[in-house]
This record gives sequence, C-alpha cells and structure tokens, in this order.
Amino acid sequence: MNKRVVITGLGVCAPNGVGLSQFTESIKNGVVGVTFHQQLADLGFGCQIAGQPEITEELLSQYFTPLQLRDLQATGIYYGMIAGIDAWQDAGLEAGDKDTVDYDSGIIFGTSTLGVDKLKTAIEMTDQGKVRRLGSSVVIQTMSSGISAYLGGYIGAGNQVTTNSSACTTGTESILMGYERIAAGKAERMIVGGCNDSGPYIWAGFDAMRVLDKKHNDDPVKGSRPMAADAGGFVPGSGAGALVLESLESAQSRSAYIYAEVLGGAVNSGGQRGSGSMTAPNSEAVQKCIQAAVRASGIKPEHIDTINGHLTATGMCPTEVKNWSLALGRSGDDFPYINSLKSMTGHCLAAAGSIETVAGILELDNGWIFGNVNCGEIHPEILEIVSASRIPRKTMDLSLKILAKASFGFGDVNCCMIFKKYD
Amino acid sequence: MNSHYEELKNIIKIYLPEDVSVDEITPNSHLINELNINSANLVDVVLDVEDHFDITIEDDEIEKMDTVASALEVIDSKINTK
Repeated sequence: MNKRVVITGLGVCAPNGVGLSQFTESIKNGVVGVTFHQQLADLGFGCQIAGQPEITEELLSQYFTPLQLRDLQATGIYYGMIAGIDAWQDAGLEAGDKDTVDYDSGIIFGTSTLGVDKLKTAIEMTDQGKVRRLGSSVVIQTMSSGISAYLGGYIGAGNQVTTNSSACTTGTESILMGYERIAAGKAERMIVGGCNDSGPYIWAGFDAMRVLDKKHNDDPVKGSRPMAADAGGFVPGSGAGALVLESLESAQSRSAYIYAEVLGGAVNSGGQRGSGSMTAPNSEAVQKCIQAAVRASGIKPEHIDTINGHLTATGMCPTEVKNWSLALGRSGDDFPYINSLKSMTGHCLAAAGSIETVAGILELDNGWIFGNVNCGEIHPEILEIVSASRIPRKTMDLSLKILAKASFGFGDVNCCMIFKKYD
Repeated sequence: MNSHYEELKNIIKIYLPEDVSVDEITPNSHLINELNINSANLVDVVLDVEDHFDITIEDDEIEKMDTVASALEVIDSKINTK
C-alpha cells in the first residue's frame, strides 16, 4: 500500500514575483514579469524580451553565507536556493544544526544547464592558460546537481539528494519522482522543484531556432501569448519553483498546514516517432501520459476542475488543447478550465513545471483560477474544441478540487500530475 | 608577531565557518583541523594570498601551509626571494 503524499511547503522565485506573497498577488492580478533586456538587444537577439526574477544583493544575503556568495555566478542556484529554502520554511521546517543529518529528508531538484556564467568564466580562463587560478567553486556551480547539493547542505538532507533533467518537463518530473519516493516509503520529506539560469547564453540557442517571439520587443508585457490567435513564439524565462512533499503521517504528526494532496502522476516519452521529434511532442504519447496520470490518481477524467497547461505560445497550443480533450474525452462547455502561467512569466524552461505547479496549488488553496493575460482573441482552432468560457481571461473565484498539470519537453518527454485540495 | 599576520588573518576570515569567530585565529591555529576551513577552500586562500602579496605559491608549497604560522613562513620566504 502506497503512502499518501501531501504538499506542506511552497517556494517560488519567478519573473513576476519573488516569494509566495508577491507571486500570489501577481498571478491573481495578472502582473506580467516579462521585460526588455538591453543586453539581448546589444547582442543582436531577435527576441529581446525575457522573464527574469528581480534579485537584490540584500535578498541573496538572506539565503547564502558571504563565502557562498563569493564568486557565485550561477543564477539558477540563486533562484533554486531562494525557492527551496522558502518552501522548507513555509512548511514550518528548519535548517538542521551542523551535526545532525536528517535521513528522512531528501532533494530532487532539477535543472537544464546550470551555472553558464560561471562556465563562461572558467572556459575563458582555461583558454588563457589560467587553470590554476580558477578557484574551488567551478565544479560545484556548474555540475547539474549543484542546486540539489546546495539545498541538501542547507537542510542537512540525508536521504536521496539528486537532480533530474528532462528539458522543459524537468520541474514537473521532479514532483513525480519525489512523490514516488515518499509513496514507496523511502523518504518522509522531499524538496522537489526545478530551476533555470537566466541570461543570453541560456536563451541564445532558442533564439537561433527562431522559436521565440520577436514582435513585442517594444511592448514586452504583451509578448507571451499562450492560446492567442496571434501567438508567434515563446518568451524565454528563468527562475525556480519548489514544493515540500511529505508523507501524510509526517505532516499530521507535526500538525503541518497541508496545501494539497498529490494523487499521482505519470511520465512517458513519444519516442520521437509519429508526430514526435527531438523538438515536438508525439500527440499519442501526450494523451497516453495524461490518461495514465488520471488512472494512477484513482480519479475519473470528469473530476478534473482545472488544467494548468504547458501552453508555451509557439503555435502548438491548439495541438495541446486537442490532446487534453481527446485524452479526457471532454470538450466544449464540458472541458475543464484551462490556463497558462507563461503569459505572465514567459517560459521558465526547466523551472516552468515547478513554478506553474506552485501557481496551481495556490489556486486550489485560495479558491480562484488566474486569468490568461494576452489572450484577447483565442486561437480559432482552440475554439473548435473548447468553449471560450473555459479559458478565463481574468481571475475568477471558483471552488476547485482537482488540478491537472502537465509539462512537455525536448526529447519528446511528457509528465502529468494530478493534485487535490486537501480537506 | 610577523608584520603580515594581520593581513593573512583578514584573508582567512572569510573562509571561516559561521560558528568560528575571527578571534579564534592564533598563529598556531591549524587551518583545517582547528579553524574548520573546508579543505577545498585552501586553494582559494592561496589565490587570495597570491593576489594580496603579489607572489606565486607552487602546489607542493600549499601542503606546507597547514597552520597560520607555517603559511606565514611560506609567504615570507616568497616575498624575500622576489
């Protein structure tokens, strides 16, 4: 018998809000965190707008020791530590003392590429023959697992401490992995989530692929347009989201506040076959993943109240909505409410699934669903499947019970999770 | 005490763990065993020392710098042979 798993802590470092309270206000009020970046313009990017959390030196000093901050050039570690530590504290948990190892707590915190700015410095110094002058922090800032290592040291984690990486599925996949570990009785508490570096070296590859929005450099707030008729590419983002997952018994034993229960989830790949490729999802696999998540959660498709989609605004939004509709057997007025946080944050890549799940859990907890900004005119192919009333453009009060969240990533990988308000 | 003692103390202090105070640094302090400096950070201490005193310390000399006093000996000999 699997253990029940609940969410007892949330943390977020998003382009439109750092910290739970600011983020909650932002998503409720449709505040967009996408801004113009002069550096991207100077470097000749087609897309010169991006979502990047606003971080001050003062804020960093609350999460890192002066020694840790010395030569720290990994923005993903900034964001991941802020979100992870916030989630841990939000759960009412403390950093362990320096002699205590907590063998029941672990970390699965994902990322794509970590510490690119540090890597650039290291590459330049290496090429200049200055290897011996690099210092000791290149490896810990550029290894993918750097973020889980930093977080593990903070809490004194003695359970599994690792990093998952599955492109834009990463943040959601980490939640499934942590859930499975606790459900199997192998851990009591896991910090899960994902982070993604910011900056030109992260975003350049996407700009080169011509998949980013180029039409809103002078109007960044309107740049990210999931599900809109005129969506023409995604806006790159960055940041981190974190959740503390905990066995129900552990949460109850310490009278922790419970945001929601993780009912289950599924992960799969389309094998880059059929409609799938390195960069596009196989729709059949997407539908199977959603259906598997529903089955694993012990619910029926009609129980889903709202969907927090992947919905990046590249032109694939109608395909995604169709996949949800076919997988759940629901359409028109019967379709669940659906929204995309990316309209307010851009696409935060490896952090996307975790930031968006935090947003979804806040919806369950607060009893409203946030509106899709920049979706004035819904894509006509979406309206052939779903009634416009199911795509809120403004935040609306709504008593929700069950949320479905999915993310899809390069490599044709999918993950879908089902969450239930705890009562 | 050696004229470079205070300068070295200033370099070392940022590498002290949070529960070790700068006042605990004495000439005989062992950098790793007593001051609890992370062994990985010794190379950073050496780089800071190199920058501050404008000297170059070879890898085999780093091994000799296990206490504050022995580090000062290495620094002094390097400065004197500049």
